Amino acid sequence: MASRLRSWILPPGDHGGSGFLVVLALAAIAVPVLNQIVPPSSPVHLSAYTLTLIGKYLCYAMLALAVDLIWGYCGILSLGHAAFFSLGGYAMGMYLMRQIGPRGVYGDPILPDFMVFLNWKSLPWFWYGFNHFSYAVLMMVVAPGTLALVFGWFAFRSRVTGVYFSIITQALTYALMLSFFRNDMGFGGNNGFTDFKDILGFDLHSDRTRVVLVVLSGAALAASYLACRAIVASRAGRVMRAIRDAEMRTRFIGYPVESFKLWAFVFSAVIAGIAGALYVPQIGIINPSEFSPINSIEVVIWVAVGGRGTLFGAVVGAVLVNYAKTYFTGALPEVWLYALGALFVLVTIFLPRGMAGLLSLVRNK
Amino acid sequence: MFGAKLQVIRQFTLRGQWILLLLALLDVDVLHAQAQSKDERFQSLLAELREASYADKANIAERLSQTGHSSVRAVLTAFLDDRLYFRNDDQKVFIAKAADTDPIELIDPVSLKSSGAAPADLLNKIGTNNGLRKVLRTTVARFGLSNPDASVRFGAVKEMLSSLDEPNVAMLRERIDVEKDSRVKREIATGLALAALDGADARARLDAIGTLNHSVSQDVRNRLGLLLDKSPDGAYVESDENVRKAAERAVKTIDRWRTFYSGFETLFFGLSLGSVLVLIAIGLAITFGVMGVINMAHGELMMLGAYTTYVVQVAMPRHIETSILLAIPAAFVVAGLAGVILERTIIRFLYGRPLETLLATFGVSLILQQGVRSIFSALNRSVETPAWMSGTLQVNDALAITYNRLYIVIFTLIVFAIIMVVLKRTRIGLSIRAVSQNRAMAKAMGIRTEWVDAMTFGLGSGIAGVAGVALSQLTNVGPNLGQSYIIDSFMVVVFGGVGNLWGSLIGGMSMGIVNKLLEPYSGAVLAKIFVLVALILFIQTRPRGLFPQAGRAAEDK
Repeated sequence: MASRLRSWILPPGDHGGSGFLVVLALAAIAVPVLNQIVPPSSPVHLSAYTLTLIGKYLCYAMLALAVDLIWGYCGILSLGHAAFFSLGGYAMGMYLMRQIGPRGVYGDPILPDFMVFLNWKSLPWFWYGFNHFSYAVLMMVVAPGTLALVFGWFAFRSRVTGVYFSIITQALTYALMLSFFRNDMGFGGNNGFTDFKDILGFDLHSDRTRVVLVVLSGAALAASYLACRAIVASRAGRVMRAIRDAEMRTRFIGYPVESFKLWAFVFSAVIAGIAGALYVPQIGIINPSEFSPINSIEVVIWVAVGGRGTLFGAVVGAVLVNYAKTYFTGALPEVWLYALGALFVLVTIFLPRGMAGLLSLVRNK
Repeated sequence: MFGAKLQVIRQFTLRGQWILLLLALLDVDVLHAQAQSKDERFQSLLAELREASYADKANIAERLSQTGHSSVRAVLTAFLDDRLYFRNDDQKVFIAKAADTDPIELIDPVSLKSSGAAPADLLNKIGTNNGLRKVLRTTVARFGLSNPDASVRFGAVKEMLSSLDEPNVAMLRERIDVEKDSRVKREIATGLALAALDGADARARLDAIGTLNHSVSQDVRNRLGLLLDKSPDGAYVESDENVRKAAERAVKTIDRWRTFYSGFETLFFGLSLGSVLVLIAIGLAITFGVMGVINMAHGELMMLGAYTTYVVQVAMPRHIETSILLAIPAAFVVAGLAGVILERTIIRFLYGRPLETLLATFGVSLILQQGVRSIFSALNRSVETPAWMSGTLQVNDALAITYNRLYIVIFTLIVFAIIMVVLKRTRIGLSIRAVSQNRAMAKAMGIRTEWVDAMTFGLGSGIAGVAGVALSQLTNVGPNLGQSYIIDSFMVVVFGGVGNLWGSLIGGMSMGIVNKLLEPYSGAVLAKIFVLVALILFIQTRPRGLFPQAGRAAEDK
């Protein structure tokens, strides 16, 4: 039993994936130890800042995984995945806003500060229930999932494919961004949500809570990785690849192409939503600029750099590009965009299969 | 003597040698002396204003107007607005640029040139009273009425319409017989008719309404509307029933016309917004539509065009008016060259992989943005609008069209026409179409496809640069200029149908019009959201846009 479980989690063929899971497991042990047990004076102590960074990268890695599942394996290039990420984030944000309660600047026990500021008298209906964590968790999955279901159902049914699909997903996230910028929407306008206090009664500013959130993000990443790999390895995964390589032929053979695409899309959106929900309490803010189309394009870039069509490649790409971003924007802010730009150009021309492709190239020699 | 001559000549050197030559032929000194004496008389009359009584001031104003000096009108208008001051230390009279500022910016009353500023407590206002102001108003208006420039006369009549008193009406009545310009004449007739509405003769009132029927002014409509009111005791303000009925009909007619014109205005706003959309999309329609390359750097090529405009303007600060015309070819060349380089170094390795061109060109867009930031700093640069592009074209009382919008529409249509001609009527256009339809066959026929690719990409990029020139007149020129337009341009191309320039034209225009039609009801942001959502829904029903590409070429895309 134990060996079956082991070979399911770390199958012999998947070196990269196994390596990634082992690293993730080690990190899940090291992070709490280095932050909580090692004293702050020690050079190996993990500061709250680094902790937040790690949490952020883990969430981005999940988002990249979600994009890779549909782009790398099903040929659907979504330029709007930031929309699902942000929707999950907003669901979490709404819960956290309700948790603030009377501790806000205006001290209103029910209404969040921005509503008091806008002179609203009562909570809008879509805010009901967000004081319960379980309902908020449900919404983190349901909101992005429903949007993906409706949008995908319309789009795939009418066979919007390729570039056209990419561009309408971009339109989708752009439209959402513009909507969330409006104060009338009831989501805090361009300021979004911030000043969170605690989650499930735990103080968001304490290191202990942060460590738990990072470990949870790691667990969520591992879980979604395993789920994606299970999908990819299954019969459905093979159909998805067939759709990617020859959509027409797959349809003519008799597979319901639309429903395969739709469910892959919805699943991917849900992973993105959960990633967003984990992202918000660690970063401490969510605002409409998260919907910005450029963000979605960046995710695609992470996947391309890491290697699309390999799940761990997406994760590696997300972490690497973001680490480089953090490093360069801090150390050499002028150089960062040049470096990033050159990276994309070089990777697309010389490494069409990304870092993961490079790895397998090296191994096969 | 010689010095004065030199001074005049120096003043005119800028105007060029023709004027110099003319001046040398004429006897400059005589001209100069005459001007001086006129100025002096004017100046001495102005000086008298300082200590005169109100009655004398009215007298002086009359005499000032008789001097025929070119700045009389400005001085009297300033006097009327309480903007005429004299300085305590040298007792010189000045016009203040604006009322109630401290320090006061001064204008010399003779030359009408700016002459510094002075703190308010060192200046004394030359006061007016009601009676004097009435005299001044009439004098100023009469000045306007006899001005040789028809547009000034028009403005004067408009001014008089807002305060129709006895002397004004008398003046208008005098003027209507001599007036030649039909527009001014019509305006005077409106004024007289408005005055006649107050008359006792019902017949005259009826005639007046007949005249006012043709007006579309809000003021006239309101005045006619008053005739339909009832006074507190229940009786109509207007006693004659026929007049009332005529007024009612006239109000309806005017309302109908005003609605028509406001609809026309909305349509025009839509067209101008649509033109901007078409302009930013048309280059993309070529690179994306014809070549199948998703060029995310398209926005940055527009940005290059906008910065080129800025550089050209900085290079020739004295010729703002012409710099914009020069900037158009310059921007085409700069952006076009950038496009050709982009194609030769990056994109040619990625043909047939449209989604990967997206990534690589996105990288290029980041590099270009940062490049501009390094060279010009991250701050926005402002590009000046030449005088001939600002201002409005006042068609009538209900319709005003701003020149920059008008020029954008015209400019877009010209650019579109040129592209069409290039694609349909030239050798290179033929090659471009051949390669886009069937690359292998075109190659077999001896077309250098690689060269055509570079040229096509250069053409599309050059047009992006030209669009950048237009954008520099509409928004701030900054490193983020491209990003804010890239999505819109993709929408237009996809809406119109990839590979179809007419589709982009019609698509962009209709998106602009729909946007402007919605705006009054929903506000700008919501209108934009509606358009985006409508576009998403539209793509569901027609996945290949308004005008899908037909035939075999479409299958490969």
